[in-house]
Amino acid sequence: MNRRSLLGLAGGMALGGARLALAQAPQARATDARFVVVLLRGALDGLSAVQPYADPAFAGLRGALALPQPGQEGGVLDLGGSFGLHPALGRLHGMYAAGQLLPVHAVAGPYRSRSHFEAQDFLESGAEQRLASGWLNRALSTMPPGGGARPGLAVGVDVPLLLRGPVRVGTYAPPGNTQVETETLAHLAALHHADPVLGPAFAEGLRARGFSAAVLAGTAPPPGNRNGFVALAGAAARLMAAADGPRVAAMELGGWDTHAGQAGRLNAVLGQLDQGLDALREGLGAAWGRTAVLVATEFGRTVRINGTNGTDHGTGGVAFVLGGAVAGGRVLANWPGLGELFENRDLAPTLDLRSLSKGLLRDHLRLPAAALAQAFPSSEGAPPQSGLLRA
Amino acid sequence: MQTSMHIATLRFGLGARLGDPLPDDPQGWLTRQLSPLTAEPAVSTAQGMASIRAQRANPGPEPLPGGLLRPPDIIRVEAMIWARRMLATQAPFAERLAEFWGNHFTVSRRQGNVAAILGAYQREAIRPAILGRFEDMLLAVARHPAMILYLDNAGSTGPNSPFGLRANRGLNENLAREILELHTLGVRGGYSQDDVTSFARILTGWSIGRGAEFNEPEGFMFRPRTHEPGPKTLLGQVFQEGEEGGIAALKFLAGHPSTYRFLATKLVRHFVADEPPVGAVQRIARVLADTHGDLAAAARALIALPEAWSPLTKLRAPQDYALAVLRGLGAGDEAAQPLLGAMAQFAQPLWTAPGPNGWPDMAGEWAAPEQLMRRLDWVNGMAGRAAAAGRPDAATVAEATLGPLLKAETTQAIRRAGSAREALVLLLASPEFQRR
Repeated sequence: MNRRSLLGLAGGMALGGARLALAQAPQARATDARFVVVLLRGALDGLSAVQPYADPAFAGLRGALALPQPGQEGGVLDLGGSFGLHPALGRLHGMYAAGQLLPVHAVAGPYRSRSHFEAQDFLESGAEQRLASGWLNRALSTMPPGGGARPGLAVGVDVPLLLRGPVRVGTYAPPGNTQVETETLAHLAALHHADPVLGPAFAEGLRARGFSAAVLAGTAPPPGNRNGFVALAGAAARLMAAADGPRVAAMELGGWDTHAGQAGRLNAVLGQLDQGLDALREGLGAAWGRTAVLVATEFGRTVRINGTNGTDHGTGGVAFVLGGAVAGGRVLANWPGLGELFENRDLAPTLDLRSLSKGLLRDHLRLPAAALAQAFPSSEGAPPQSGLLRA
Repeated sequence: MQTSMHIATLRFGLGARLGDPLPDDPQGWLTRQLSPLTAEPAVSTAQGMASIRAQRANPGPEPLPGGLLRPPDIIRVEAMIWARRMLATQAPFAERLAEFWGNHFTVSRRQGNVAAILGAYQREAIRPAILGRFEDMLLAVARHPAMILYLDNAGSTGPNSPFGLRANRGLNENLAREILELHTLGVRGGYSQDDVTSFARILTGWSIGRGAEFNEPEGFMFRPRTHEPGPKTLLGQVFQEGEEGGIAALKFLAGHPSTYRFLATKLVRHFVADEPPVGAVQRIARVLADTHGDLAAAARALIALPEAWSPLTKLRAPQDYALAVLRGLGAGDEAAQPLLGAMAQFAQPLWTAPGPNGWPDMAGEWAAPEQLMRRLDWVNGMAGRAAAAGRPDAATVAEATLGPLLKAETTQAIRRAGSAREALVLLLASPEFQRR
């Protein structure tokens, strides 16, 4: 992964661009817990990821984006009778079945701006304005100090606001995974073409990586590094699995701003998310049992489909809490229903995203109330959510 | 036969190793390899079992008492030994046979806490037996703690045995069923559920000892107190009570015509074609029947099959592909870790088959889009390092590995490549290199 493809993310161009920053948290006395925050930049459509198929208004409002009910072909994966997980999230569904995934619905931060960049800034700042540091870094700064913290793990990736602040954090990116030249790929595609078994597989592999016929012919630009997220997740997990490894990590995955042709685009990026989170689980090994992952996005998307088979910026959406330490296997939602929409367009939020974060800081990283207040200033209205972790 | 030198190294070997001379007498080169396989001494089953037990008692990170290696360290050592051997071997046909039989009798890290004895399993049960009689391999496997642990036979208890009656314990059919279905007769080999249950009864008591502390062996142990009393019937044959009954049943299964057909089909599928030619299967099955399951005779018959010499019919499984690339580049010991890493990246990590049926042996199972992309990424890295080092160049590697089997258009693309790296990528990721 090169720096250019990472920075391209900010412009919203690089589909699925991903980056990662790790923090060597000072050795916590009380806990050996691992905590990962995954930011989905671009606003995940929560109603696609976790579909409230039992809501009587859902199918009518969502049209083609409402997938068939559980058990039907291409149907959602059931989450206990009212909600269904998008079928591209099969690995996550496995975690749900194992009691390790807690989908959270109708959740949003306190901001109502519908601007990606403001909303992301506020989400990472943990405040209703942009601060110079992120809530995760401020949370780290309150953890019990310990020796032996390594400086940066590697260089090449910048630190998201979420992890910027007084505590020095390391950054990591896998070394030199340079891409094969497009022209070489075009040659190889031609050489494979006649092979009845390898030909179609090779072509499909290239397509899946964004090398369409037009790209191979040189009439369209090649994609950025789209497999970054899965590889980074696996690498991060292996680093975190070490006894003296980082306790806390932040990752991000872009490609969620699905204003047009949402079904296909979402399918691909959800698949990446699914794989990446599973790579986290796998890479953490035994440490997965002490891990909680928070997957959050800046806001949800409109309930109704727009004119280009996509959805526009909305309000209430979905977050995921997962990990071996998580009390999952259920959906956490104070469901507002789709009968009455927020501002007649969005899912009404009934849970403050900060409550989720604070619940995890308190019950998973075992931080005291003062630390929570430092991480999320002026958040008295969003008390820590209880019951996120296994007893 | 200009191409047969290369075919011998591809079809029956691990791909030519850069710098090794090509065999000028392919049949003779292969036949000469059919002599007993060597194996570096490493961790024995007894040591591995002791380590597994010690690990359970001392889960912490400190060294185990008595200087025992921990299971994860043992498997690391064993994997490195395996990788170095495969990269350098001068008997690749024999190694391929060992891999084939190891996969036939899969024991996987995914189940049964067997990591510490997987190397020992190959060394003790598989490698010494690949040129002997099939029944001897089957017996060695069925008595090896790795298989007994992997397929749950250690605690399988005859319901009417002294222990079964007292503790209200019963059968575990797993090992018995898999021996019938996967190791001997094959799934349509003509056995019923009653045969499975009966065979499971026959194998009750085939267990493992708990070591010196209990005055028991560090390995296979027959436990009469868990063995189901009385004679049992399997496929119409009666087998007597006791350990001898199990041995007799395994020998009976090893020599069954269904077993020979099943083994012949798998051998021909592995060495000749995904859809095994009927005549070839019949020939190998007949050799097995005529020689009472002589596996060396079967190996000789395989290389004598005319069908085995048509080029590039099989897709290389990930392990074969990674090995072929590294051997083709002339890599040495330093490539052992990269080899193991590549296998994991290609979804075939060493000794980690998904189930007791082992790794798949058909192109359709491996020719997945992402699989090919990962191979491409990996050889791109390899090619970059080779290009930076200035050697080897693509033309040399092409001549050593594929020679006349490389298609004209591939040769031309390599020749026209814009860089040494690109040329190597085109060769190593070409469809010809994916096959064997």
